[in-house]
Amino acid sequence: MRDSATLAIDVGDLGFSYGDSTVVRMERCQLSRGQSLAVIGSSGCGKTTFLHLLAGLIRPGRGAIRILGQDLARLRGASLDRFRGRNIGLIFQRFHLLPALSARENVLLAQRVTNGRIDTARVARLFAQLDLNGLENHKPSMLSDGQAQRVAIARALVHSPPLIMADEPTSALDDAHAEQALALLQTSAQAVGAALLVVTHDRRVRGCLDAEFEMSVPA
Amino acid sequence: MSWLRLAAANLLLSPLTSAVNVLLMALGTASIVLLLLLGSQLSATLSRDARGIDLVLGSTGSPVQLVLAAVYHADVPPGNIPLREARRWADDPRVMTAIPISLGDSYRGYRIVGTTAAYAALYGAGLASGRFWSTALEAVAGSAAARSAGLSPGANFTGAHGLDAGSHRHESHPYRIVGVLEPTGTVVDRLILTSLESVWDLHSEQASHRSDHDNEAEDEHGHDRSDADRSNLDREITAMLVRYRSPMAAMTLPREINAAGTLQAAAPATEISRILRLIGIGLDGLSAFSWALILTAALSVFAALYGSLRARRCDLAILRCLGATRRELLVAVLLEGLLLSAFGIALGFLAGHGAMALIGGWLESTRGVALTGWTWIPVQTLLLFSLFGVGAVAGAIPAVQAYRTDVARTLAER
Repeated sequence: MRDSATLAIDVGDLGFSYGDSTVVRMERCQLSRGQSLAVIGSSGCGKTTFLHLLAGLIRPGRGAIRILGQDLARLRGASLDRFRGRNIGLIFQRFHLLPALSARENVLLAQRVTNGRIDTARVARLFAQLDLNGLENHKPSMLSDGQAQRVAIARALVHSPPLIMADEPTSALDDAHAEQALALLQTSAQAVGAALLVVTHDRRVRGCLDAEFEMSVPA
Repeated sequence: MSWLRLAAANLLLSPLTSAVNVLLMALGTASIVLLLLLGSQLSATLSRDARGIDLVLGSTGSPVQLVLAAVYHADVPPGNIPLREARRWADDPRVMTAIPISLGDSYRGYRIVGTTAAYAALYGAGLASGRFWSTALEAVAGSAAARSAGLSPGANFTGAHGLDAGSHRHESHPYRIVGVLEPTGTVVDRLILTSLESVWDLHSEQASHRSDHDNEAEDEHGHDRSDADRSNLDREITAMLVRYRSPMAAMTLPREINAAGTLQAAAPATEISRILRLIGIGLDGLSAFSWALILTAALSVFAALYGSLRARRCDLAILRCLGATRRELLVAVLLEGLLLSAFGIALGFLAGHGAMALIGGWLESTRGVALTGWTWIPVQTLLLFSLFGVGAVAGAIPAVQAYRTDVARTLAER
């Protein structure tokens, strides 16, 4: 058992059900600050639900979830939204950039929502680091998958959250791009000293992160 | 980057739908603004033209017709009255001032009014140039009449019988303009004033031409009168504009005059109310139609936002994941509705005022009626808030829908 103050994620005796059907069952899962963890499991084993539980988007039926030492059960409504915004950078499988906004505006809006202020220099640095220069004013529909993913990463990192969580970041990519995407996630997380959690069914992720956790369909 | 920018960007995703909604809102707003400006200025103009006139003494008949003819110069008078009889009432101690007017002819649609200098003073119309008449057939032109008909001191013109420019003209008795009045924004701007004697002399001379007039539809002088009455022709006037010495006179004087039976007493204030009620029915109907347009616009805004949000549920869920609160999403969607409304309202106000300015310009150049589009009446402030209220209501249901977005379920559906 590690000291909870050093943990980015600390889950114990977690259970979540839809009606009679248990979707997530987990004895313990921990991730230290600055470390990376791959949660690997087949489709339908409850990985995305697990991610939603960690993000506080749904409430567990039992057990406790501590994120950066904060018991999520103690947060409600806007406090929970604010906590999520400030501390967790979420990256989605389909990136989910807002189609009405340009690449730069997508990142700026995230910064505005999480920090309440705009730091354009920070955004410019991120775009340079993620090789997005020249794409600032492109709408998501004009970006390739790789470019859109990098914008999604920039959006997740823009407020330097201590925890980054990615849902299936490689599943739609070929081997070369999958490796590239994972490396990018890791270096980006390391650059801001953030813990990284990757939830995936993609076996190619094995051995790429600091630790792995196998999820299976609950009995 | 702000919620406002996001709202604007979302609206620009469907530019055609947004433009149609803005236009619908603008159309309804413009119609209401135009009606408000028109109604208010028309009412003000009617009141201004009747200011200082408590009672009109005239021939028996329709009181509305008498007021329209004698005060607004917008109708033919019901007939003439003996000056002697009118003077009897004018000398009543309850009367402070009494101004006789004699109507009959016009020049290029501008009525020639036989009266005294007190008539110009009633409207505060000073001389812009020249002087007032001193002998018969000298005339002073109101500002709009002078500008439009090209009348300046020294100009001669001949009046035509009635208000129709094609009617019989008094060619042998030309008037001479000796002065032009300053603009007042009242009916006097659209008149040509002369002495009572001018009208009497001219029509006395013209009595021999009576047969020329017999078949004319508009006979404002009573040229059809019998030979027995003809001796009184030069001693008749069309009306007497009376101002009471005390408001108490309104309680007794009109009733006494009407009871005497030879003359009619009509109160402009009462008749204005009657006229405005009639106009008001029309304006109310148009106003109801305009509000129906605005309601349609609101429904259209609602449908557009509702449909757009169904397609953007995932975007809302992502915003929540980024840390946006439910309340912020509610505001973001409300902003979309308010932005659409704001553009429609702004465009509508601009169009309404612009249309009023065009109509006012046209009325001023053709009728000498001064109406302006560039004015703000207090009820417009109320209208502005009401319209924003309509916009907010249109956006409220989609906004509540956004507020209730189930993030996890929405993301799981994708």
